Amino acid sequence: MTVFIPTPLRSYTRQKGEVDAQGATLGEVLSALDRRYPGLRFRIITEQDTIREHIRIFVNEEQARDLSAALRTDDEIHIICALSGG
Amino acid sequence: MTPHTKTALKPATGAVTLLIGTRKGAFLLRGDRARRTWKLSAPILLGHIVHHLVMDPRDRLTMLIACRTGHLGPTVFRSTDFGKTWKEAQKPAAFLKVPEGQQGRVVDHVFWLTPGHASEPNSWYAGTSPQGLFRSADGGVTWEPFSYINDDPQYREWMGTVQDGTPDGPKLHSIIVDPRDPAHLYFAMSGGGVHESVDGGKTFATLVRGLDVVEGFDAANIAVHDPHCVRLCPSNPDRLYQQNHCGIYRIDRPSNEWVRIGKNMPKQIGDIGFSIVLHPRNPRQAGSVCHEEWRKELGETGQGVPPIGCLVDRQAPGDDGGRARAGWPLFRNNQRRGLGQSHRRRKLDVPGPASS
Repeated sequence: MTVFIPTPLRSYTRQKGEVDAQGATLGEVLSALDRRYPGLRFRIITEQDTIREHIRIFVNEEQARDLSAALRTDDEIHIICALSGG
Repeated sequence: MTPHTKTALKPATGAVTLLIGTRKGAFLLRGDRARRTWKLSAPILLGHIVHHLVMDPRDRLTMLIACRTGHLGPTVFRSTDFGKTWKEAQKPAAFLKVPEGQQGRVVDHVFWLTPGHASEPNSWYAGTSPQGLFRSADGGVTWEPFSYINDDPQYREWMGTVQDGTPDGPKLHSIIVDPRDPAHLYFAMSGGGVHESVDGGKTFATLVRGLDVVEGFDAANIAVHDPHCVRLCPSNPDRLYQQNHCGIYRIDRPSNEWVRIGKNMPKQIGDIGFSIVLHPRNPRQAGSVCHEEWRKELGETGQGVPPIGCLVDRQAPGDDGGRARAGWPLFRNNQRRGLGQSHRRRKLDVPGPASS
């Protein structure tokens, strides 16, 4: 499946905006990504395995609330960072 | 105790680098040997909120940055070449994961970094918000919870919750290692008081006697003590100064009682502030920024750079036998309003050290 990486996290993915990953759940996919891009997972997932306050993760067009979300091989995962300022 | 000299100390000379942390990244400001021309580095970790940037005095090459962004989680970056290149910690400071169904804590940001004792190379301590104490034994690459306090029921009660006190979250800060003894540690919590260990963190005891608390609260309740910054005198490790929510204090160990020396500050200045910085060689000299003064300078717009007062503690015990003399002469680095604007106009033409 394809994982879309927001710009603040592309320093981990060698500036790639899309990466491939495998896993049966969101947790497995993010762990696989962290093995390939060390440090990425902790920036978006807390030590209590919850999604950080200002991060949203969508599977296709549905928001995933936790890491147990089940995935299919053709899913698209979007990691979204909140915007602020002005 | 180190004897004082009444002879004025000569200003230090030689090239110097200032380490600057901002909400938009970190910078290194390098001065020449005469300290007349300064060069600002490119931003380091542009866009990161830098909570602390500290050089390791043991090798004078390693630097650690405690940072986060507005949306990404907290981390620590490390340089071993005096800021030329940076690598992220492999295992940033994090609380222990709790079993399913329990409410575990999450590090919001690393607020404080302290290099370990000279006899313990690569050791570092970190303080977080919400309050937690962490240690690295490998130069900041990996971090582990340190001592028992992070999960101790009594300490958790004193730490309060993220809803208490400090708007950006309560913080553990001012981690101090006695330069004579690696097992002698201090730390402070805002809020939650000052604490001391003499056994390398196996146990801690409170060190709050003499400190005022906000009117209406009980000083016997450690949770309401609100130290903002505690510093150990580089030239006299038995002396600490403290900028507290309720004044400026000094303690001379082995005494366990803080003395509110800030009461001698001019009334129009007050002694309530956040930071305190000590002179590297004169155990009686400190710099602080106090609320009232800051508010006056910033005015309604909140723009500008607050003035820094250079304070001389003339009542500190020393070679005069501790006889009290005049209180706190205050040396302003610039008497004019609009200090911040003039600083910006003149860029790096920062006034020299204040003198008496």
